[in-house]
Amino acid sequence: MDIAKNSLLYLDGVSVSFDGYKALRGLSLTLAPGEMRAIIGPNGAGKTTMMDIITGKTRPDEGDVLFGGSYDLTKMDEAEIAELGIGRKFQKPTVFESHTVDDNILLALKAPRSALATLFGKPAAHTRARIDQILETTKLKDHRFRLAADLSHGQKQWLEIGMLLAQDPKLLLVDEPVAGMTDAETAQTAELLREIAVDHSVVVVEHDMSFVRDLGVKVTVLHEGSVLAEGPLDVVSADPRVIEVYLGR
Amino acid sequence: MMETRKPLLLSLIDTRGGIFLGLIAAATILVPVLALMVPANSAFALPPYLVALFGKYICYALLAIALDLVWGYCGILSLGHGAFFALGGYAMGMYLMRQIGTRGVYAHPELPDFMVFLNMKELPITWWGFQSFPYAMLMVLLIPGLLAFIFGFLAFRSRVTGVYLSIITQAMTYALLLAFFRNDMGFGGNNGLTDFKDILGFNVQAKETRVALFVASCIALGAGYLIARAVTESKFGKVVIAIRDAESRTRFLGYRVETYKLAVFVLSAMMAGVAGALYVPQVGIINPGEFAPANSIEAVIWVAVGGRGTLVGAALGAIIVNWGKTFFTGALPEYWLFALGALFVLVTLFLPKGVVGVIDQYKARRAATHKGGTAAAPAAE
Amino acid sequence: MNQLPRLRAPRARALPLPANGAKGLVEIFSFATAAFVLLLLALFVAPQARAQGESTIIIGLSSDKFPETERALNDLPGSGLATAPQIVDALAANRLYFNGPARKLYFADEAGKMFDAATGEPADVMASALKKVRINNAVRRSLDAARGALTLMSPDPAKRKAAADSVFKSRDASALPLVEAALEKETISANKKILEEARAAIIASDSGAPEVRRLEAVEVLKSRGDQDAVSVLTTIASWSEGRVKAAAESASSVIQAKLALWRNVQNIWYGLSLGSVLLLAAIGLAITFGVMGIINMAHGEMVMLGAYTTFAVQEWARTSHPGLLNYSLFIAIPLAFLVTAAVGILIERVVIRFLYGRPLETLLATFGISLILQQAVRTIFGANNREVSAPSFMAGSFDFGSLQIGYGRMWIIVFALAVFFALQFVLRATSFGLRMRAVTQNRRMASSMGIDTNRIDALAFGLGSGIAGMAGVALSQIDNVSPNLGQSYIIDSFMVVVFGGVGNLWGTLLGALTLGVANKFLEPIAGAVLGKILLLVFIILFIQKRPRGLFALKGRAVEA
Repeated sequence: MDIAKNSLLYLDGVSVSFDGYKALRGLSLTLAPGEMRAIIGPNGAGKTTMMDIITGKTRPDEGDVLFGGSYDLTKMDEAEIAELGIGRKFQKPTVFESHTVDDNILLALKAPRSALATLFGKPAAHTRARIDQILETTKLKDHRFRLAADLSHGQKQWLEIGMLLAQDPKLLLVDEPVAGMTDAETAQTAELLREIAVDHSVVVVEHDMSFVRDLGVKVTVLHEGSVLAEGPLDVVSADPRVIEVYLGR
Repeated sequence: MMETRKPLLLSLIDTRGGIFLGLIAAATILVPVLALMVPANSAFALPPYLVALFGKYICYALLAIALDLVWGYCGILSLGHGAFFALGGYAMGMYLMRQIGTRGVYAHPELPDFMVFLNMKELPITWWGFQSFPYAMLMVLLIPGLLAFIFGFLAFRSRVTGVYLSIITQAMTYALLLAFFRNDMGFGGNNGLTDFKDILGFNVQAKETRVALFVASCIALGAGYLIARAVTESKFGKVVIAIRDAESRTRFLGYRVETYKLAVFVLSAMMAGVAGALYVPQVGIINPGEFAPANSIEAVIWVAVGGRGTLVGAALGAIIVNWGKTFFTGALPEYWLFALGALFVLVTLFLPKGVVGVIDQYKARRAATHKGGTAAAPAAE
Repeated sequence: MNQLPRLRAPRARALPLPANGAKGLVEIFSFATAAFVLLLLALFVAPQARAQGESTIIIGLSSDKFPETERALNDLPGSGLATAPQIVDALAANRLYFNGPARKLYFADEAGKMFDAATGEPADVMASALKKVRINNAVRRSLDAARGALTLMSPDPAKRKAAADSVFKSRDASALPLVEAALEKETISANKKILEEARAAIIASDSGAPEVRRLEAVEVLKSRGDQDAVSVLTTIASWSEGRVKAAAESASSVIQAKLALWRNVQNIWYGLSLGSVLLLAAIGLAITFGVMGIINMAHGEMVMLGAYTTFAVQEWARTSHPGLLNYSLFIAIPLAFLVTAAVGILIERVVIRFLYGRPLETLLATFGISLILQQAVRTIFGANNREVSAPSFMAGSFDFGSLQIGYGRMWIIVFALAVFFALQFVLRATSFGLRMRAVTQNRRMASSMGIDTNRIDALAFGLGSGIAGMAGVALSQIDNVSPNLGQSYIIDSFMVVVFGGVGNLWGTLLGALTLGVANKFLEPIAGAVLGKILLLVFIILFIQKRPRGLFALKGRAVEA
């Protein structure tokens, strides 16, 4: 159990099926504190389902999911898991469209989440400064009073990453952050994620190989719901099995 | 953002809210003057039946604000808000029944007429305490609140959303409709509660009482509006809007969506209850028909017409539609349902943001053309 | 009531009962012969006895004393008095008069004309000068028994049956000889059975009869096996002793157990009948909801339009093609489908297609449409209920065990299942069905495969509406055809769809039948209204537990 104790995220033998379709079959994965990991795999490999299980959206049929060595994520709901320090960025950018950029960050900002606190509480002193800082990092300072609905696609992606930063989670789950971005935006995003990875653990799911190469981190290849290979991108991409199921096609 | 900190109350009143509250204040002054001080033969005199009619509109406006709070801000389309309205109304009706005392047809000191008629020997527990006005007012808040709490607790915890939720809210009010039709529920069955005599010692039929009830309704509407503003302008309100736009995103940020929904739902149910309680003495009757699902859906269209998520729009919508209803049912009774039906279709097709929403859009476009800068044309609507 | 048979018993014993029970063939023979001889004797001796009987009856009825009246009535059927039927009818209608001092009895006919009761000749008296023969409960019982006995010999088999039934209920010992005589003559086996049961009821209720015969009679009652038999048997058990008591008690408990079973069967049958109606109403909703994810609040009005189509077809047949009247349903079914499908497609094209992706707004817009349709029908056909008559093949019923099965209900169940399976066929085996299922499962993918999703939406909406229209044809047979017809079914239909689970027609089938049966089982326990409330509450709670219904599609596709 030492591995479980010492890892930030620990998945062991996780399986789940939907109406007979096995989305995950005995998936095992460990993530050390402070580590950044890229997850690749063809469609239907179980990447999004894995995220769903870590964040409590889906319950596994079997297997262990531990966070920080002691918290059993299979027994907690989304809000509890989020408060524990796991942030998630969706594949399709989801921001609060009828709120301003500013308010989007404000809602994500680490603060008491209870209904009473939000109804009667006063914002903490450093709130303003913290929002400014995040808007600076995500290059959204000039857009802060615009509605999120009016942002460009890339800006929405960044806003969502900004919201993750505001949450200040121990672990960030990022699902295809550069889908639909221009090359320049992709490079900037990689830069942004590396910056974030300095003081957060990050799991990135991505299709874009050049982006994964830019990140320069350990790679896990998923296939049909379990781990096919793990290691640096160069090693993994030389693996004949990986070439067959994924890169080769 | 809010460097110059205004007092809390003032910070809640924007231009539109100011106009709205101003109108309510004007009505609160004008109606008593026209009804009580202007001689009855003057062209400006307001007959008592019109005072009651306006009072009814104001109660509907409060119901619309309550509905807007859950639908416009939280995305919960309740097709059962008429139930909370009716329950508040029944709580008030029970107080008014107990006030009749020995003046009923059967002159029973304790039991209302219908109970004597049904051969009931003693007052059911449900009726205890309703001779006391404060207790009855407490129940006006608690009973709709409690029903909303139980219903919402179950529904939101199981994550029933969207049309499913709408349908079971409709089933809820339908079940209550059937239940209140039963004589052995002890709430007057088919006929409901009526023949009220007085409220707090004043004759409900008297002109002065009607004016007082109208004023009370206006105050309740103003207070309801301010409470709704305070809620929606707080961070709590921002979370609620976030839930409406992206529920699971909000969840992944760590907010307990069901708690927020439940809080808004219960608050809204209580406001609807107050509206119902003020409505009953002004129309003089409460019967199970108020639980009819069609009533609840009609209330939804008031909000849609005025503009959901705007509060003021909801209240205006309620008044406009009901004014139209009064006009049609008087002048062209057989066309009212055509008009109402067409209103449903046309508003959803052509006016999804309602009247107030259209005004906002127009303003935004003008602002955009003036500045021509960052706040460029809103994304495709 | 318990006292009654015992009081009458002595008189019953005095009647020419066949002697001790049949033990062996010889005895049966001798018994039958004896009975036959006695009957012949009775027939020959009768005229003489009659004259005497007649006068005592007239005197009894004009005595103005209840016990006398009662006795006279008990003797009346056996007296052979020609005017006996008129006398009992007049007494029942409160038109029997007497002149006390003159010992004369008169009856008035419906027009008020007076007749002498002894002769049946018109009599020249004024009703106002006479007193009426009074009735109390005991007299009324005797009166009913007398009427029953008098009609036992009627040439009309239906009347004989009714008479035998009433003798069974009254168990009047004085009717026994008549029952026996009627039994001899009766040729229709069903009537014969009832007469035997009536005889058994009298004998079993006769404390003076030999135990063996009473036990036999109890057996006959047991084989009758209905609620009436139970009430006779429990009465007997309450005052009898020994073996008869035990036999009656066990017979009644056997019958009651059997009746309870049949009640359940009947509840299931009624439940299936209600369920099939729900199925018809809900199935179209399931399609529009399942395929397009929209709630059509005007669905109930489609049902109503179907019912009005039936009415219009029937009116047309009545006025111009009376020969078709009995078969108008066969015209109405396809026509209702076409009419409502056309209206549905029109609604989809004009309103709903602009609202895709906004389910709550669709709900509101279709509610508006439902108001318009209701008012339109009210304006055209009037607000009152319209009569749709049942064709001959849907009228009447047949017996299945203790269960009465109406042809109307039966055909509606058959129709509902036929529609259900036809729809399954369309969805599974036609290319339209294939494309529709594709759109249901993944709209975008289906669209990129070249399926015209707009067309599928319109057709699916038309199909759903058309089925609702056919449901309306069926409902016109069992419910009032009024502009509000649809509203009474819409919430129930929603409940069925929500309970059964969206996107699965089998779920709709099971949901409809389950709710129908549950409703009928709750009704006797909780009452119709409370039962319905309980079901609604149950479904509300059920949705909490399984938000997507009984048969839910699981996985990511649903939440997308």
